[in-house]
Amino acid sequence: MRIWEEVADMLAVEVNNVVKSFTDKVAVDDLSFSVAQGEMFGLIGPNGAGKTTTIRMMMDILKPDSGEVTILGEKLDEATKDRLGYLPEERGLYKKLKVLDSIVYLASLKGVDRHSAAEKANELLTQTGMLASKNKKIEALSRGMGQIIQFIVTIIHDPQLLILDEPFAGLDPVNTELLKGMLADLRNQGKAVILSTHQMNQVEELCDRILMINNGQGILYGDLREIKARYRGNSVLLDSEGELGEIPGVTDKRTHKDYTELMLDGTTTPQQVLAHLISHGMVINRFEVATPSLNEIFLKEVGKKS
Amino acid sequence: MNKTLLIFRHEFLHMIKRKGFIILTLIVPVLALIGIGVFQLASTDEPPIVETTTIGYVDEAGGFDQYTTQGYVELVRFGTPGDATAALINGDVAEYFVIPSDYLTTGVINRYTMERQLETPPAIATVIKNFLTSNLLTGKVPPDTIELVEKPLSLTVTRLTETGEVATEQGGYGNVIIPAIFGLLLALSLQAASLYMVEGLGDEKESRLIEVLLSSVSPRQLLTGKVLGLGAAGLVQVVVWLASLPLLLNLASSTIGGFFGTIQLPANFLVLGIVYFILGYLLFAALSAGVGAISSSAREGQPLAMIYALLVFVPLWFASLLFIFPNSPIWTVLTIFPITAPIEVMLRLGVAGIAAWELAVSLAVMVLSIIGALALSVKAFRVYLLMYGKRPSWGEIIRNLRSG
Repeated sequence: MRIWEEVADMLAVEVNNVVKSFTDKVAVDDLSFSVAQGEMFGLIGPNGAGKTTTIRMMMDILKPDSGEVTILGEKLDEATKDRLGYLPEERGLYKKLKVLDSIVYLASLKGVDRHSAAEKANELLTQTGMLASKNKKIEALSRGMGQIIQFIVTIIHDPQLLILDEPFAGLDPVNTELLKGMLADLRNQGKAVILSTHQMNQVEELCDRILMINNGQGILYGDLREIKARYRGNSVLLDSEGELGEIPGVTDKRTHKDYTELMLDGTTTPQQVLAHLISHGMVINRFEVATPSLNEIFLKEVGKKS
Repeated sequence: MNKTLLIFRHEFLHMIKRKGFIILTLIVPVLALIGIGVFQLASTDEPPIVETTTIGYVDEAGGFDQYTTQGYVELVRFGTPGDATAALINGDVAEYFVIPSDYLTTGVINRYTMERQLETPPAIATVIKNFLTSNLLTGKVPPDTIELVEKPLSLTVTRLTETGEVATEQGGYGNVIIPAIFGLLLALSLQAASLYMVEGLGDEKESRLIEVLLSSVSPRQLLTGKVLGLGAAGLVQVVVWLASLPLLLNLASSTIGGFFGTIQLPANFLVLGIVYFILGYLLFAALSAGVGAISSSAREGQPLAMIYALLVFVPLWFASLLFIFPNSPIWTVLTIFPITAPIEVMLRLGVAGIAAWELAVSLAVMVLSIIGALALSVKAFRVYLLMYGKRPSWGEIIRNLRSG
């Protein structure tokens, strides 16, 4: 029981003070973060921020100049690689190979025997609605279909940690939803999932915690809700019926299409405003503390640094 | 299964299913069978009819009036060079020659033709020579002696061993033909294998599949599996060729005979053929892995691979010199230099044999080169793995390999 608890407590990823430079620039500069088991973690940042370099160091494809990376409690070695699933940003498979053969070969490199790999592949192809394509050559598939196959390759060996670089790029809405559902299932099974993307809405929808990096440095790190609360402005969004009139503590009103944004002074809380509205018999359809979207936070932070 | 073995298996199966590989493997026995078949068909027909050629001559010395039919050549006598020239211009004779009055003291014959030639065709020279000899000797020696004088020299050579016994290997072209053909095929096969390797790695880099592979295996496992896979495919190829050789030779010797009856395989040829084929494959695969490592795509790597893929042909370019000067030290250098060693060894086995120490040094250098090339390739692979853009300069590569 204790061992199981220890495994459950063990961090899926621990990155400590990692630095990586290339000839012309410092790609990752003293970056530290950790990802827990059963967590969906968002790695976000603008193009060239150092996300992919960070992932490649986690995968042991690149060696850091200094700092330490621990994966599933140990330094990455060949055995640990079998417990990882990696979906690189730019994807490729053997064009001339058949779908099933591709999946089985790449699964066998993750330590799955060919028979089980074929069985699991059939199961996943059925789940993704791609069973009819199993004997087609990869080159005969559309880009989105190829991407689904690559996703199957990433998860077929039942990895404990999944690292997905821009997993939704190029997917149509149907496949995006399919992928999201499968990712949620994996998280519910206790797997750690790292999503690297600049599609903020996906991160907002799926991730528990995030790390935002810019110019190789971490600029925001932690629980997504806490971060958003930190960026919460001093205003409320209100959709009500009837004339608003004068509200104490409200310094300004901005009218939008479906709602009005009430700007509060430094001492008034949203609760006080709500109490005032109710006491005046207002019919309220919507009352919401204004929270910036992750996209707005991203733009603000990245803009500030640059 | 070990991951290196899995990659080995995948690369091996991928290689032997390639059209180019299948064609190169089967073309040797198939072409040989077609050749034997065509010969059989052709030999059952009537011999081709050769047109008779008429050559004129002017006999100023006198006494050259017999033996005017020499094989398919008819000799027609003219009174003066003027008459002969007129006949030549008219097209009545293909050419003519003049036997000057002082021929018996000078031995000089003047030949006139309208063709532009580098030298007198040997067949014509023989006709003229035999015509003159027959006429000079007639009545002085028996006709059989004339015939003997005119026949080309026929030598039967027997090679003896140091103890005076007849050697098992008699040498000659019959001994060199198989190693030479095998050398050429080996060179083609090595060239093709190098290009396949560079192409395979280039494609994996270009399609970024390499990142997926390296998230499962190490660069060493990947490259070792690939090199061994290619080597095994090479082995299949050589086994098909060598296994078909004795059958084809027997068939050729029994149906065609002649030169094919004299063909012999040099001692150790089969063993050394297989050993050098495998080592050659491993070396070229390891070198190509290095080229694949520093190139960002197949298109970029192939010209680089062509440098050593062309060097492999060097022994064949100089093969004619090897036949004339078989003991030059140059051949020792080419035997030891790993890129040229496989082909050079095959050729020398057929021509004059190779000293045991040369073979030992050559094999040792090859094995060390394979290990070195593979180690450097793995290193280069890690350094340049994610370089998808421009190929680095040589200076950069050397610097990076030292520090990396």
